[in-house]
Amino acid sequence: MLELATLLPLAAPALPLDEAGKYVAGAYVVFMVLLVVYVGIMAAKLGRIEKELREVAAIAEQRNKGGQAAPGREAEEAAPRV
Amino acid sequence: MYGKGLKPLSIATVAMLALSLSLVFFYAPLDADQGFIQKIFYVHVPLAIVALIGFIVGGVFAIAHLRTDNRKWDAYSYVSIHISVIFGVAVLITGAIWAKASWGHWWVWDEPTLVSFLIVFLLYATYYPFRYAIEDRDRQARYASVFAVTAGAFVPLNFMAVRMAQSLVHPRTFATAEGGMPGEMMLAFLCMLVAIGLLWTTLVKFELTAKSASGQVKRLRRALDAPVAGGSSRIAPEVS
Repeated sequence: MLELATLLPLAAPALPLDEAGKYVAGAYVVFMVLLVVYVGIMAAKLGRIEKELREVAAIAEQRNKGGQAAPGREAEEAAPRV
Repeated sequence: MYGKGLKPLSIATVAMLALSLSLVFFYAPLDADQGFIQKIFYVHVPLAIVALIGFIVGGVFAIAHLRTDNRKWDAYSYVSIHISVIFGVAVLITGAIWAKASWGHWWVWDEPTLVSFLIVFLLYATYYPFRYAIEDRDRQARYASVFAVTAGAFVPLNFMAVRMAQSLVHPRTFATAEGGMPGEMMLAFLCMLVAIGLLWTTLVKFELTAKSASGQVKRLRRALDAPVAGGSSRIAPEVS
């Protein structure tokens, strides 16, 4: 019974593994590539947001230089938080 | 706000995808009829199911927007449709690859399942030009919601029409007359369905978080660019 079960796929009209493998790999690669491209686009978007945030922070710092900011505050805020 | 829980969700998605792919390639048996090529089924069908459910979810969020007039629901609806369209692209490409391997053709025009999915996909592809053709933000959100509700209602109707049609070559996932999938195949398929569902949810949350952050930065910039009244440069708190 077990032997028959293992032989069944060989008897069925399936593509040989070397040919079928290309198509299966292609389908999964398409899925992964789409995912990676999407993540890449999102990464670029986040980079733009970070840049805008830095510009906004610079404007805020310039305003505070008018006398409201405490000494040393600018340097503290300019350093990226880890 | 939108980023809450994104990290555990992302970890769960990656873990579930890894587990599901292991089950697909090392646990699920080879199909007696199609052999190794049937492995495409485990990525193609869950993507199609999640994409179609995503379109319906987009419609449900649109109903919430029309009922409450809260722009948050419009953002949810837009992002749900956006991610589902991306999944739809993956469905069409993986389906074409499977069709070429199984039937010898990239596309079969007389197969209702394929053509109906293409119609749904093209319908949602028109969502973007339709939405961005309207300049007024409130009208844009309202009209886009009406579109999302109408198109979302079309998805299950279309699905039922295809199920009732006499299919020529496309197989049914949960076959009834010829018996269902073997247990190992079903387990791998259900795990992959959960994994793709988690992926959809993660990407929706990711996109919403990015959009929210971008919006907050723009608000901040507008507030800072505005002339300072009474010597105060304080920024108004966000009201959501």
